[in-house]
Amino acid sequence: MPGDVLAEGNDVIVDSIYIEREGNTYYATIAGLVSVQQLEDGKYKIGIIPLEGAYIPRPGDIVIGLVKDIGLTHWEVDIASPYKGILTVQEVLDRPFNPAVDSLERYLDVGDYIVAKVVAFDRARDPLLTIKGKGLGRVVEGSIVEIKPSRIPRVIGRKGSMVNMLMRESGCEIVVGQNGRILVNCPNKDLEEIVILSIKKIEAEAHTSGLTERVREFIRSERARRGV
Amino acid sequence: MAGGGGERPVLIRWEERDGQRVPVRHDGRLAEQLRSIRMEVGVLGNADGSALVEYGGTRVLAAVYGPREAHPRHMALPDRAIIRCRYHMAPFSTEERKIPAPTRREVELSKVIREALEAVVITELFPRTAIDVYMEVLQSDGGTRTAAITAASLALADAGIAMRDLVAGVAVGKVDGVLVLDIDEIEDNYAEADMPVAMAPNLDKVLLLQLNGVLTHEEFVKAMELARKGIHAIYKLQKEALRRKYAEAVQEGGGQ
Repeated sequence: MPGDVLAEGNDVIVDSIYIEREGNTYYATIAGLVSVQQLEDGKYKIGIIPLEGAYIPRPGDIVIGLVKDIGLTHWEVDIASPYKGILTVQEVLDRPFNPAVDSLERYLDVGDYIVAKVVAFDRARDPLLTIKGKGLGRVVEGSIVEIKPSRIPRVIGRKGSMVNMLMRESGCEIVVGQNGRILVNCPNKDLEEIVILSIKKIEAEAHTSGLTERVREFIRSERARRGV
Repeated sequence: MAGGGGERPVLIRWEERDGQRVPVRHDGRLAEQLRSIRMEVGVLGNADGSALVEYGGTRVLAAVYGPREAHPRHMALPDRAIIRCRYHMAPFSTEERKIPAPTRREVELSKVIREALEAVVITELFPRTAIDVYMEVLQSDGGTRTAAITAASLALADAGIAMRDLVAGVAVGKVDGVLVLDIDEIEDNYAEADMPVAMAPNLDKVLLLQLNGVLTHEEFVKAMELARKGIHAIYKLQKEALRRKYAEAVQEGGGQ
């Protein structure tokens, strides 16, 4: 909770922007879960996992964006964040682009969803995106589920355990964007509904334990009920 | 806040308790007693964070949106977020219908509440964005600005916005020469003084202090001490309200 004292002393290493320091006292600035690790040199590393909060882009994040506007040489992309993503034409095409003879709508139009990667973001400028790379690009099929960005680590799970379980149990392709949007691509409508319900369940019960097992049970019982 | 018409009610009775003469207020509270306080976090679906706070008959709803893109764009600051506050009383919140347009009083309170919140919100984390805080008084029975600030800080915490500390507020009044904690509407109408205070209890900093009326130096010191006590009690309730939202213990954290 904001204002809660987390640690005191000299042997503390802070691993979160949500921890403030005053003298030798470290306190939290948001509602979250504290993680404490003892390092080899006897120091303690404290971090905090936010329970709520907006999505703040970080370079390397995979995000799912919605094209909002087209400029002369770039697209403006809504990435469900306080900052809008910028996708330049160099990050889409492999060849020189001449705005005089060619138009950007041919490649991406307003209303298109894209799976993109954050290239750079330094808070002074808007985050730069790219769609060059494996698994990136325009979304052509599937459904987008939106959840709170702070629940994404729970959807991924430890080392991807939760999302891998979802894919195994349902046979769907799932792309998780760090910005709280998830792309679900399933063989049929019923399975898609089950996965979406599962994701909503994870969002609602993110702070409870034994969730992976409960979601697994949920998917199996739903599949049996619907006969898919 | 005009005084009510008709007979002046008896606001302070002196009663014998445990061999001592103590002042008892019109609602049966002792001088240093808060009204019954209820808090609930996350009451609105559309807001990023929200809270409902009741101090007795005073009810305030707070909603927080953000951090989000600041519009109009020229308002955005390059190095930090701007905080925009709106304190407003619903037309049905008072005895007589309040005209819904913002009054001078509401504009002033929006400003002092904004300044109090700016002292705790870590705005540098979200440059070029805006954080909008809306406070709606649903029912007014004195102490609305302090209840609003308490609700606003809960809503900010619920939205996951980083703060150095929560903020809690309470009003101290002087009625018939007696200093009373958490003043209500009737007492306020006939009070010699009314002093709303808001603090960040953990940092031990005063973020809002206003005074209508007259207090002697000694009374002021005593009133501040009284407010501090009340605020610490409210602060405990705030933390409980936030924890209640995440009631179940977390065994396996997320992360990759």
